[in-house]
Amino acid sequence: MSAPIGTVFIQAPSFIYCLYIVAFLLMIQGLRGLAGPRTAVRGNRIAAVGMAVAVIATLLRPQEGNWGLIAAGIVVGTLIGVPAARKVRMTAMPQMVALFNGVGGGAVALISWVDYRSHGSSYATHTVLNPHTHLPVTVAGVATYVAIFSVAGAIIGSISFWGSNIAFGKLQEILPGRPITLGRLQQPLNVLLLLAALAAGGALVDGVHSELLFIGMLVAAALLGNFVVLPIGGADMPVVIALLNAFTGVSAAATGMALNNPAMIVFGMMVGASGSILTKLMADAMNRSIPAIIAGGFGGGAEVAAAVADGKARSVRSISPADAAIQLAYASSVVIVPGYGMAVAQAQHAVRELASELEKRGVEVKYAIHPVAGRMPGHMNVLLAEADVPYDQLKEMEEINPEFPRTDVSLVIGANDVTNPAAKNNPSSPLYGMPILEVAESRAIIVIKRSLNPGFAGIDNELYYDPKTSMLFGDAKQAVSEIVAALAEV
Amino acid sequence: MIATTLTTNLAILALAGYLGFVVISKIPNTLHTPLMSGTNAIHGIVLLGALVLLGYGSAGFHLGPGLDDFSKALLTVAVAFGTINVVGGFLVTDRMLEMFKRKPGKEEGKKQEEDGKR
Repeated sequence: MSAPIGTVFIQAPSFIYCLYIVAFLLMIQGLRGLAGPRTAVRGNRIAAVGMAVAVIATLLRPQEGNWGLIAAGIVVGTLIGVPAARKVRMTAMPQMVALFNGVGGGAVALISWVDYRSHGSSYATHTVLNPHTHLPVTVAGVATYVAIFSVAGAIIGSISFWGSNIAFGKLQEILPGRPITLGRLQQPLNVLLLLAALAAGGALVDGVHSELLFIGMLVAAALLGNFVVLPIGGADMPVVIALLNAFTGVSAAATGMALNNPAMIVFGMMVGASGSILTKLMADAMNRSIPAIIAGGFGGGAEVAAAVADGKARSVRSISPADAAIQLAYASSVVIVPGYGMAVAQAQHAVRELASELEKRGVEVKYAIHPVAGRMPGHMNVLLAEADVPYDQLKEMEEINPEFPRTDVSLVIGANDVTNPAAKNNPSSPLYGMPILEVAESRAIIVIKRSLNPGFAGIDNELYYDPKTSMLFGDAKQAVSEIVAALAEV
Repeated sequence: MIATTLTTNLAILALAGYLGFVVISKIPNTLHTPLMSGTNAIHGIVLLGALVLLGYGSAGFHLGPGLDDFSKALLTVAVAFGTINVVGGFLVTDRMLEMFKRKPGKEEGKKQEEDGKR
């Protein structure tokens, strides 16, 4: 009854390991492709091939079966994943990424849980009744490090799952975007939950035989995930999404350590590295420390606005789309500053049309992209790419800031906090110190905004009261389309 | 032996993390959203963990009692989650990157035309 030599070969652990090594190389080569828009499509496809190799290698292992369940899981996953990926609007990418982060973290938590159950609900050597034969069996314990990584994967995965779901809810506007806090109780409660999860994890590693404790640990981590993300305001979302991305990656790597699976370790660490880099970049772009963001409570809302507005009667200048069209048509250089408002209104195509019209008239048009504009890293770039804006017109903050004094008109479309001069000159502002797009330096400013309500962060913008600023109130898409229509008559 | 597995895997962990930092630091801001959706796909690697555990079946793992039906149900959900990540993540990234790809050629074409005129 010996298996054919070919089967023996492809099922050999060394062969499977070698396939994993091929998968690593493909994955790294694929990620290198993402260094430029030209090579990125191919890079992504190479990475996908690497993933396929890793999955196929794993399926080659000699196994008892459960093929039906594996097939069911893959079919259900494909049926959910493919239409979601095909249909999602580019404006909804932050939600999609949040949801995918959560799903990955949730899978890690489930795997760690089953791993624990399959050890007979204890990491130490002990005796249990086999549920199938009802005979007592002695279960060998696992190495302490395996228990530690398994528990760590469970905690981080659970935090990531629930945190990402809350982030999804906020971005999808199922939950209010404003910070939801328990006030002064929040911090002690979070610390308590973290300690509870760690204490439960420690006891489990130590060999305590209780599945209930494992579930308790998952629940404590779940509550922590909820309570950490609920108080975070919309403007901090890019940081949070990047951070949750890192969490999911690290939890996958930890589970890889526990299951002795090098592919999970390598791929998980790649994601962990990516999430960490993005988190750091986003936090730097907001001049906020990561702990401060997690501590939450950003955007005091009413009090801040009141404090800024006190005493002075402040008025804004409102203009019509026709006035805006004239101003833009006679400019020689225009910088468009897009923000979340453009995404919400799906105005990217209208904006592109406006830019084309202006270019036809010899106006030089550029786009100024703040690193945290929108709700996730690179959000604006994707929207404008969707609308066929050439990516060499998209300028990063450092590049465009010296050009604002030479700019005739800055057209701010649904961007708020990233243009607020208070970040530079008002030490009492919560935004103080954040690097901004220095829109206020340009010769004239047109702001398209739905109303004077402060942005997602709840902080009033001094730019709107600048005498150089004209406000065009309305939905971004409609307002831009009206400007385009008016341009035809200029 | 246990120490050997641990230390080997720790070496892999550290090197992969370092390599990740080097490679991903080179990715420009423009592509950060596709990078995030791409990493969504990559952490779908957790699928492997579910496949490995399901593969042991009820024969047991570490001489344990093996998988009962509840464990199998949990793993099937984990397989579905992992598949959503892998399939959805790569597809949506591909869709997004295609939009970036279209432009440079067109723009460069324009530039070359202008250069030609000059």
